[in-house]
Amino acid sequence: MGVSHSAAVHRMEIFGGLDSPMHRLDARTKALVTVAFIATVMSFPRYELSALTPFFLYPFALVALSGVPPGFILKKLLIAAPFALCIGLFNPLLDRQPVFLAGGFAVAGGWLSFGSILLRFALTVSAALTLLACTGMSRLCAGLERLGLPKVLAVQLLFLYRYIFVIADEALRMRRGLELRSSGGRSPSPRVYGSLVGHLLLRAMDRAQRIYSAMLARGFNGDMPTLQPARLHGPDIAFAGGWLAFFVLARCWNLADHLGRLLTGVRP
Amino acid sequence: MSHHIVEARDLSFVYPGGHEALSGVSFRITHGEAVALIGPNGAGKSTLLLHLNGSLLPARGEVRIGDLPVTRQTAPRIRRTVGMVFQDPDDQLFMPTVLEDVAFGPLNYGLAPAEAEDRAVAALERVGMARLRQQPPYTLSAGEKRAVAIATVLAMSPDVLVMDEPSSNLDPRGRRRLIELLKSFEHTRIIATHDLELVVEVCPRVLVMDGGVIVAQGPAHELLNNEDLMLRHGLERPHSLRHHHPH
Repeated sequence: MGVSHSAAVHRMEIFGGLDSPMHRLDARTKALVTVAFIATVMSFPRYELSALTPFFLYPFALVALSGVPPGFILKKLLIAAPFALCIGLFNPLLDRQPVFLAGGFAVAGGWLSFGSILLRFALTVSAALTLLACTGMSRLCAGLERLGLPKVLAVQLLFLYRYIFVIADEALRMRRGLELRSSGGRSPSPRVYGSLVGHLLLRAMDRAQRIYSAMLARGFNGDMPTLQPARLHGPDIAFAGGWLAFFVLARCWNLADHLGRLLTGVRP
Repeated sequence: MSHHIVEARDLSFVYPGGHEALSGVSFRITHGEAVALIGPNGAGKSTLLLHLNGSLLPARGEVRIGDLPVTRQTAPRIRRTVGMVFQDPDDQLFMPTVLEDVAFGPLNYGLAPAEAEDRAVAALERVGMARLRQQPPYTLSAGEKRAVAIATVLAMSPDVLVMDEPSSNLDPRGRRRLIELLKSFEHTRIIATHDLELVVEVCPRVLVMDGGVIVAQGPAHELLNNEDLMLRHGLERPHSLRHHHPH
C-alpha cells in the first residue's frame, strides 16, 4: 500500500513541477479562485443540476492549459467517488417528493439531489486535485501561508505530505514482523496492536526529532524558504478577475439553460 | 585557516535519565585532516558528532571550531562551518524536490533564490547527482540519497564535514562511489563508521572510542593493524591490511 500511494504522490509532484501558464500563476491566486469556486458550487440549492454544468469549464480549462493529463485527475476522482456515492445513496429512497422537470417529466427529488451531490463532488474534487497538480505541494503550502494560514500549520502540512509514507512503510514492516511471528492466521489481540501502535508513535517521534536536528543543522529558523519567489503579476489578476466574474455570472443565471434556449430558438 | 580546526577538551555529556555517553573526551583535528571515529555500538560516536555542530551541548568541557566555542549562541554560525551528514538520509531530505532540498540551507542563510539555486546545482554536480534535481527525494536509491544528503551539506560551503555511518545501506557500487567522493574532498573530515575498509582508504588518522572515552588515537595503519586493540573494542583488523601483496 505504501508503494502505490507514494507512486501517486510522486506523479502529483512531477506534475506540480511542470512549466505552463497555469503553473506560472501565483499559488495564492489559484488557491483563492479554487476556494471561491468550491464555495459557489456548494451554494446552489440541492435539486440543482443544469446550472452546475457550466462550472466544469474551470477544472477543464485548468487541466487543458496546465499540461496535466486529464486521465490522471479522472483516475484520482474515481478513487474518491465511493465516498460521494455513499453520501448520496439513500437520497432517492428517503426523498420521494416528486419534482417536475421541463417537458412535464416528474422524478423523485432524491434522484435529483443524488445527481447534484455527484456533480458537486466531481466539480469540487477535480478542482482541488487540479489545483494541487498545477501548483505542487510546497508552493501551495507557501501560498497558503502567505494568505494567512499559520506558519506552523503550513509546515505541518508539508511534512505530513512528505513523511506519511515513510511512517506507513514503517508500520507495514512492523506488521510483517508481527505476522511472521504470529502462529497461523489468528488475528493478534488488541493488546498486541496497542503495543504496535505505541511503538510506531515512539518511532515517529524519534524521527521527528532527527529531522528537526537535520533542519537546524542547515539553518532552519521557522521559515520554509522557496526557490520561486511568489509575486502577483498581470496574469494573476486577469485569471482571478476572469474566473470570479464567471462564477458570479454562472451562479446568478443558469447558463446551460440560456445556451439551450439560444440554440433551440425557444424564447424564455 | 584556523576555523578548520576542531578541538574537544574534556568533553562530557549525560543523557537525561543519567546515562553518561561521553566522559572526558579530548582531541584536536587540524585543517584538511580526514579522521575516522571507530568503536563498538554504544561507544558514544554519534553523541560526540552531535556535539560538533551544537545539536547537543556538553555537560562539562567544550568543543571549539576554530576560535569559536560551540554554545547555544554560536550554534547557528557553527552550523555553517560544520556540515553534518546524518545516518539516515531520509531524515535529512525533507523538501519536495532534490533541488529545493539542496537549496534549503543556502536559502536559510539568506542567499537570493537565483544564487541559492546556482549553489545547489554546483553541489549536486560535485556529487554527480545534477540530473536528479527535479526528482522527489524519496524516489531515489539509497546511494543517490546519500550523495544528495552530502550535496545538501556541500551547498552551504562548510569547512568541516561530519558524517555518521556514510557507507551504511549502500551497495558495493554506491559505496565505491562514496569512497572516491570522500577521498576527493579537501575539507576537514570526521567520519564515524564501522566500515574499516573505508577507513583504510579515506582516513590517515583514527580515533578509537569505547564506553564514552577515546581509548586510542593515531595513524590508521598502526591502530588498525593492532589486533589486540581492535578485538578489545569490538572491531577487527581490516582484511586488506592482513595480506600485503607487493605489486
